[in-house]
Amino acid sequence: MITELKRVIKAGFINFTRNGIVSWAAVLVVTITLSVITTIILLQAVLYFSLNLIKDKVDVTIYFNVGAPPERIMSLKESLLKLPEVASVSYTSDEEALALFRSRHENDYPTIQALDEIGENPLGAYLNVKAKEISQYESIANFLKGDNVLVSGSTNIIDKVNYHQNKLVIDRLSAIISGAQKLGFLITLLLIIISIIITFNTIRLTIFISKEEIGVMQLVGASKMRVRGPFMIEGAIYGIIATILTLIIFWPATAWVGRNMTGFLGIDMYDYYISNFFQIFVIILLSGILLGMISSFLAIRRYLNK
Amino acid sequence: MIYFNNVSKTYKDSIALDDITFTVTAGEFVSVVGHSGAGKTTLTKMILADENPSEGTVFFESINVHKLKNSDLTKLRRRIGVVFQDFKLLSNKTAYENIAFAMEVAGKTDEEIENDVPHVLDLVDLGNKILHFPNQLSGGEQQRLAIARAIINQPELIIADEPTGNLDPINTHEVVQILKKINDLGTTIILTTHNRGVIDSVGKRVITMENGKIIRDSKEGK
Repeated sequence: MITELKRVIKAGFINFTRNGIVSWAAVLVVTITLSVITTIILLQAVLYFSLNLIKDKVDVTIYFNVGAPPERIMSLKESLLKLPEVASVSYTSDEEALALFRSRHENDYPTIQALDEIGENPLGAYLNVKAKEISQYESIANFLKGDNVLVSGSTNIIDKVNYHQNKLVIDRLSAIISGAQKLGFLITLLLIIISIIITFNTIRLTIFISKEEIGVMQLVGASKMRVRGPFMIEGAIYGIIATILTLIIFWPATAWVGRNMTGFLGIDMYDYYISNFFQIFVIILLSGILLGMISSFLAIRRYLNK
Repeated sequence: MIYFNNVSKTYKDSIALDDITFTVTAGEFVSVVGHSGAGKTTLTKMILADENPSEGTVFFESINVHKLKNSDLTKLRRRIGVVFQDFKLLSNKTAYENIAFAMEVAGKTDEEIENDVPHVLDLVDLGNKILHFPNQLSGGEQQRLAIARAIINQPELIIADEPTGNLDPINTHEVVQILKKINDLGTTIILTTHNRGVIDSVGKRVITMENGKIIRDSKEGK
């Protein structure tokens, strides 16, 4: 069995070197397919980065009445943090709110003057709530409407929740994000299917050239696996060499994109490529080997008659 | 050893074999003669189960070859050496590798391969061309290589389908002599040809075919 395997692997390597230009043509096509897959991985990173950036801008702020006791606000914060939908809650006290307001309007003299004339702090504290998913803001807003929020409070300390003003924007963003993800997935799927079909047909062509040999091998008494094995090894070799070529090509390519397009994409492609190199390598290598071997396996099937 | 029982083979609009019945005993040298299209090649393909009969049965010893599973068929083919008119060598393998491949599929060890291949290549006078690819060999050399491949696993039967069809008279004579020698060593041989000269030089049993039928089966040549 081990001898058999050794012979099959050796035959695969010999066939690869002897088929010369045909082998390299197949490697080229597999390289193109793997490059498409790598490009898709990188574009997905850009897409997710942009979507996360948008998601990050969405939040809900709970404004409290002036003079609401901080301990009651903190207990509300605790109950919010217990909700599974909530990612984070940040507390801004009334003094901090005032300081922020002043710094934001430091060039707006009349406003600052008006503020000084009031004398006391007109601003209340607020909680900034971020949900894990955009679609979850509604349930958080509903939670705040419920009676259970202020456990023992007789007075409602909440002045307003800005979710209802932002609802339209949040809903629209939510739709855009899920649309972009679906579209991204569909395009990915389509491109990968097209690449696989092209690779499959190229490998089929390389095996078509050997169809007489396949018949002869069977007449000599070779088992199906003995005939098929070297072709599958050859397919795996296409995948391995194409992986190496793809990874080499993407090194300068991502460096160029990183240098020139980081501002536009919002993410440094080269950094992303280098820091995820191992994962990309594994994905590409497995895709390459599987693509080569399965294509060979399927392509040879029609010539392996009785 | 081989039994054809009322075997017929029809294609869409032609009859390749028409009710063929004959027997070949072990150790025989049988020449099958006939014009192109007489059904000689179809007959040999039946023994290898490379073609299925439309009617009738073909037995190799007690085995109905067309009832075999794929894996058993592979085993049967290892017991039969085949030589074709167009040689059917593996074009991207050297002379050595062509023979070695036949041994590998028969489950021979690396040591046996290393010992036997040079020996058999010497036997067919190709000892100095072991690293040549088939396209670097002449027609006669390719056919001798094909014969070497056919005999390497000491098969019980050799089927030679028009082995001299593409050869000049000198090479034809050499191939016939090699086949006779193999037969003398006890291997059964079925040779198809349309060359009268070949049959005369073999001088053994001749089955004559015409339009898919056996029209004569003469035990002593001519």
